[in-house]
Amino acid sequence: MEPKRIQAPLTDEDVMSLKAGDNVLINGVIFTARDAAHKKLVELMDQGEPLPIDLTGQFIYYVGPTPAKPGQAIGSAGPTTSGRMDAYTPRMLEHGMKACIGKGLRSQVVKDALQKHKGVYLAAVGGAGALLSKKIKKSEVVAYPELGAEAIHRLEVEDFPATVINDAYGNDLYAEGAKAYAR
Amino acid sequence: MRELAASTISDHVAEMCQEANIYLGEDVFKALRKSLETEESPTGKEVLKQLIENAEIARNEQTPICQDTGFAIFFVEWGHEVHLTGGTLEEAINAGVRRGYEEGYLRKSVVTDPLYDRKNTGDNTPAVIYTDLVPGDRVKISFAPKGGGSENMSTVKMLKPSDGEAGVIDFVVNHVKAAGPNPCPPIVVGVGIGGTFDKVAVQAKKALFRPVGEPNPDSRFAELEKTILGKINDLGVGPQGFGGRTFALAVHIETYPSHIASMAAAVNINCHAARHLERII
Ligand code: SF4
Repeated sequence: MEPKRIQAPLTDEDVMSLKAGDNVLINGVIFTARDAAHKKLVELMDQGEPLPIDLTGQFIYYVGPTPAKPGQAIGSAGPTTSGRMDAYTPRMLEHGMKACIGKGLRSQVVKDALQKHKGVYLAAVGGAGALLSKKIKKSEVVAYPELGAEAIHRLEVEDFPATVINDAYGNDLYAEGAKAYAR
Repeated sequence: MRELAASTISDHVAEMCQEANIYLGEDVFKALRKSLETEESPTGKEVLKQLIENAEIARNEQTPICQDTGFAIFFVEWGHEVHLTGGTLEEAINAGVRRGYEEGYLRKSVVTDPLYDRKNTGDNTPAVIYTDLVPGDRVKISFAPKGGGSENMSTVKMLKPSDGEAGVIDFVVNHVKAAGPNPCPPIVVGVGIGGTFDKVAVQAKKALFRPVGEPNPDSRFAELEKTILGKINDLGVGPQGFGGRTFALAVHIETYPSHIASMAAAVNINCHAARHLERII
């Protein structure tokens, strides 16, 4: 099946057109955040303070790249394990995030929150850091520079490949894919 | 007595850190290509192709295969007849890691204390080092940068001797099933059996240093490796957990004699970025 091209940020309509198992190519601007940045963002939400980035419609990519070599936009930049962000994801969705990209299983709470707030969870190929870095054309730190590789980066991506795992209808590729090939 | 300078060790280690992270071993390449022939799922095939392409890009552009350039793990076999000059082995290895990770633009992924500060040490030290004294005047250094994603999906269990072969199979298969897509499949499964609580984990780690797909020299354990691999792939989890026939590339078992009352077992998972390298000095 041909991958679908999608443009970040996403509307509710965009989200509802995506189904678990769809292969997509993401274009536009996405943001990075890992454990430490999520913790800071959720602390600000708890205090009712403004966030350093507007999450409305945005993609959050769970990644901590290697340092860029001279001449590179970014170093190797594959996804990290998403489960570590489970505790924060429902709050991020409440604040407008529409899609997150990582690898690995999500909790039921996250899956429910994706349905409730109309969001999707996608996986990029874990460990394909060299390949994925070529799809990132520009990278700049926009918040928490003190976190180094864990700072929030703004990335410009072109045809960044990902697969929809959990859609807004409650489908789960990890459960369904394995069923189809189990013996 | 052969004299060996600590700085020589550091030089080798610095090179090895970069080499292992940039050049995926031929053993893993071969295993990935072979699985591309047997994979039935179109999405699974696509993933395998991306992984092969990724390793080729890394090789051609001298960039790390994966952004998690790992905790630096070393197994050192030190010949009795070698005398180290100008520092300790630990210092020499850590100096090499420091230099290798900096010069190679590798990610520093080690924090000071695990619970309170969790402050990045900034140079990916300290390494985890296991040393064995062996006869002779050679030093063999084996290195693996171990990713956190797959390491987190590892475990130890004190099985009962009466659990037998079926107990070992169940333990490994169920554990790997629960790990699912998290350790970036296709995975390599290191299994330790025997020894004590601590020794069995080291054996499982050691199993990951074996060239991917090389069977255990004892035919009974080689057979068990095959059986477990078949059951793991029959789970249907497939490359990246998207569904398919290639969940694991290989199962490697390393054993150790056991106490009469015990049968310790451990699983240490490695991802498809199964980086490992050895040098004899
Ligand atoms: S599990 Fe392996 S391939 Fe996946 S992110 Fe970690 S080091 Fe990379």
